[in-house]
Amino acid sequence: MIALWLIVIMLVGGIAAWLVAPLHRHASAWVAIAALATDFALALGLAVGPARTAAVTRIGAFFVNVAFPWIPRFGISFHLAMDGLSLVMILLTLFLGLVSVLVSWREITERIGFFHFNLLWTMAGVLGVFLAVDLFLFAFFWEVMLVPMYFIIALWGHEHRIVAAIKFFIFTQVSGLIMMVAIVGLVLAHWRATGTLTFDYFALLGTPLSRSAATWLMLGFLAAFLVKLPAVPFHTWLPDAHTEAPTAGSVILAGVLLKTGAYGLLRFVFPLFPDAAFRFAPIAMALGVVGILYGAVQAFGQTDLKRLVAYTSVSHLGFVLLGVFAWNELALQGAVTQMIAHGLSTGALFALAGLLQERIHTREMPRMGGFWAMAPRMGAMGLFFAIASLGLPGLGNFIGEFLVLLGAYQANAWLAAIAAFGLVASAAYALLLVQRVFHGPRRPELALPDLAPRELAVLGAMLVFLVWIGVYPQSLVDTVRPAILGMQHLVVSPPLLGRRG
Amino acid sequence: MSPADFTALSPILCVAGTAVGVMLSIAVRRHHGVACGLTVLGLLAALAALRWALPEVPVQVTPLFTVDRYALFYIGLILATTLGVVLFSHGYLAQRTDRPEEYYLLLLLATVGACALVAASQFASFFLGLELLSMALFALIAYPESGRVPVEAALKYLILAGAASAFLLFGMALIYAQLGTLAFAAMRAVAPSAGSPLMDLGLSMVLIGVGFKLAIVPFHMWTPDVYQGAPAPVTAYVATVSKGALFALLLRYFLQTAAGSAIPVVTGLGWIAVASMLAGNWLALLQPDVKRVLAYSSIAHLGYLLVAFLALGALAIEAVTFYLVFYLATMLAAFGIVTVLSGTGADAGKQGLEAYHGLFWRQPWLAASFTVVLLALAGIPLTLGFLAKFYVIVAAADRASWGLIGALVVGSAIGLYYYLRIVVVMYREPVGAQTVVVPPWPARLALIALTVFLVGFGIYPRPVIGLVQAAIGPEQAVWLVPGR
Repeated sequence: MIALWLIVIMLVGGIAAWLVAPLHRHASAWVAIAALATDFALALGLAVGPARTAAVTRIGAFFVNVAFPWIPRFGISFHLAMDGLSLVMILLTLFLGLVSVLVSWREITERIGFFHFNLLWTMAGVLGVFLAVDLFLFAFFWEVMLVPMYFIIALWGHEHRIVAAIKFFIFTQVSGLIMMVAIVGLVLAHWRATGTLTFDYFALLGTPLSRSAATWLMLGFLAAFLVKLPAVPFHTWLPDAHTEAPTAGSVILAGVLLKTGAYGLLRFVFPLFPDAAFRFAPIAMALGVVGILYGAVQAFGQTDLKRLVAYTSVSHLGFVLLGVFAWNELALQGAVTQMIAHGLSTGALFALAGLLQERIHTREMPRMGGFWAMAPRMGAMGLFFAIASLGLPGLGNFIGEFLVLLGAYQANAWLAAIAAFGLVASAAYALLLVQRVFHGPRRPELALPDLAPRELAVLGAMLVFLVWIGVYPQSLVDTVRPAILGMQHLVVSPPLLGRRG
Repeated sequence: MSPADFTALSPILCVAGTAVGVMLSIAVRRHHGVACGLTVLGLLAALAALRWALPEVPVQVTPLFTVDRYALFYIGLILATTLGVVLFSHGYLAQRTDRPEEYYLLLLLATVGACALVAASQFASFFLGLELLSMALFALIAYPESGRVPVEAALKYLILAGAASAFLLFGMALIYAQLGTLAFAAMRAVAPSAGSPLMDLGLSMVLIGVGFKLAIVPFHMWTPDVYQGAPAPVTAYVATVSKGALFALLLRYFLQTAAGSAIPVVTGLGWIAVASMLAGNWLALLQPDVKRVLAYSSIAHLGYLLVAFLALGALAIEAVTFYLVFYLATMLAAFGIVTVLSGTGADAGKQGLEAYHGLFWRQPWLAASFTVVLLALAGIPLTLGFLAKFYVIVAAADRASWGLIGALVVGSAIGLYYYLRIVVVMYREPVGAQTVVVPPWPARLALIALTVFLVGFGIYPRPVIGLVQAAIGPEQAVWLVPGR
């Protein structure tokens, strides 16, 4: 039941935040914080409790499981389940949710109640995506999370927000619809083979499929996940959406929504279509490498601070794609660690960009410079998250990238070797960012107050988590390990129905 | 006719009786409230009579009508939709005309025609129902004669509908010449086993005639002008009841006569579906006027319906019926909102996006309701639209019609853009002095009911699915035996 409560608290919290808005300027923000903190505490309770004793069974390592019949006509149930992977993604989501509320404290001045409503409903959709183990329910949440996110970009974004929001919505909705078609195709194939009409993930595992059917259906799923991730030819929505969104929107987009794509690859593509996924792996890994390099080069060429950070996301998520399709334990651990670390470091960089824009009303780096002297605390934070982003050892991103490269090397040495160049490129853009924004001559014409205690606390918390993952990654690895072993188990040993039959 | 036959027909008789009652009441004393109230009561009585008729079905009432569960379900849907149109009409007419009473009379006559259509069991009653519906609609489109535009729209509809009827009659004649019978049930038995060119020609001409009324591409040219020119509640009626009844009949005719075995015709319909989805959505994209956007959007939705229709099996009946429930409710709500926001001046027919600018900050409930409607039309979850689209995809995937599904995906991608454009305009900051339109209470009641329906059953669709499945009785199983 706790899985259901996590979602319900977000939905109810969203409505409550909207209703209390007229009472006080920050009333809805406090309600949002309360709802997110409650959820975070619940999830943390799971992390220190049941998650530690999760056993790897034939269907994975799920320790939370709740199901109600929903649309029995099609064998659809409201089925939620949680394993270590879902849990860490949920913890990341809720933490970044809290960050988003806190960084929007002053930025959002209009329609505050509606803003927090949308924020919490996005969170609800994302939690649903990470928890759903009914394919219809998954597609349902996949699209539910888009609508409030669309409103966040379209209503509180910057100059070109409408175009960016519509582009974001169309890219993700259409790819989601293609996934829906693939889901229906898979379910019908399962129905013909077994006579049972069901959308349940566990029932659909090991559906016997012909080689071409498996490939086409997998491509349908990939359409949704590669657009969301984003992999390189499908990334064009991302720089616009990230740049035009308000700070909270950018933090959630980069920190959380992109991870749903990677999560989908891990949870659905490999376990449901193992053979097709392995056949596709070289192409996907190549796309990952292209993304790593292309994102880094593009980031290097940007003058808009948020756009730069957006392109670093393309680069970092390239490592995730590479790691997922290498599909060995090292690479998978690396991919998950990279997802968490990227969520924290990029989230923090977007938050900093937002705080800067709030103060000096521009995102153009040529109009910045010398900020270290004016705002030393901000400068120190900027430097920290920039070098985290470039993968300095001792911080989370290093662990992620290192493990991915190590695992990918076993799967495909050449691609791993090329991907390693991405680390060089990331050093270039990260240092460029610090140099342009914080060094150089002072600009006395700009008034730049340093970080307020609230802002310092938010960024400080993100800093602590990044250092923790960098220094003691074992805590994260242990939580995720049963889930990864469970999924690998599914892919390696064909269950009952005879996959290759 | 036995008493049981009368019981089975009682819903239609109720509506016809109400039409007479309204006419008499106008003869005695003109009063808007009385005419409207009588209409509402008559429709409610007809809805109640459905329950009474249910135990008697299936029954063949004269050679003209088959009253079965399928027919009763659609009669119920038509009556409920008409009730919604009446609720939206009251306030609209009260502001615009001194003589609104005959409007209800015409609306009831059109509804009798629509009900006759869904129960028709042969060509004669098919034509009878269709003409009754169309005749009443000509007058309705031009009803509050406040300018040239409605008259122009009515004339356009009259001429094109006349041409369509001519095609339809010719097609019926060709089929009759081949088969020697007008009854659908008998046609299956005598249909030629091999493809016959004359049969295919006849069938195609029937489909052209029906296509005009359904406004599917390439027979859609009249739609935007008529939708824009007609009074908004009449547009709602044309977009919902008239199309829904005809589509239900088309499905009955196609399956009962095993017309689906005519491969060239089915292929042609497939192309029509693709053209409707793509052209409808694309043209909607180019429209500055909300009424015209909805007109083209309804063309696209008929394309989606055809995709489900072309699955031509048990799942097709279910998917089409579910989709029609969604489509009728959503389009009714959409035009209901257009009705509420319609101006009264000379340019009352036009409704640019500016009428919706910042609507959410002036009238949050109205805007929220329109948001639900637009998201439902776009097929976004938490609304019935998502499930309707899901039903269509399942029906088409079951027949492995991947080409049609591909067109559907492309069509809805285009569709998203113009639905979202309207949504986002409603949530922008209001500019300048804005008037607040308070919807009259009947319209408000209908809008609340429709919005709750769309969201409530979007989240928990089991009752609707159950009802739709109940509409498919044992008689429909006969339709599904493959033709010779």
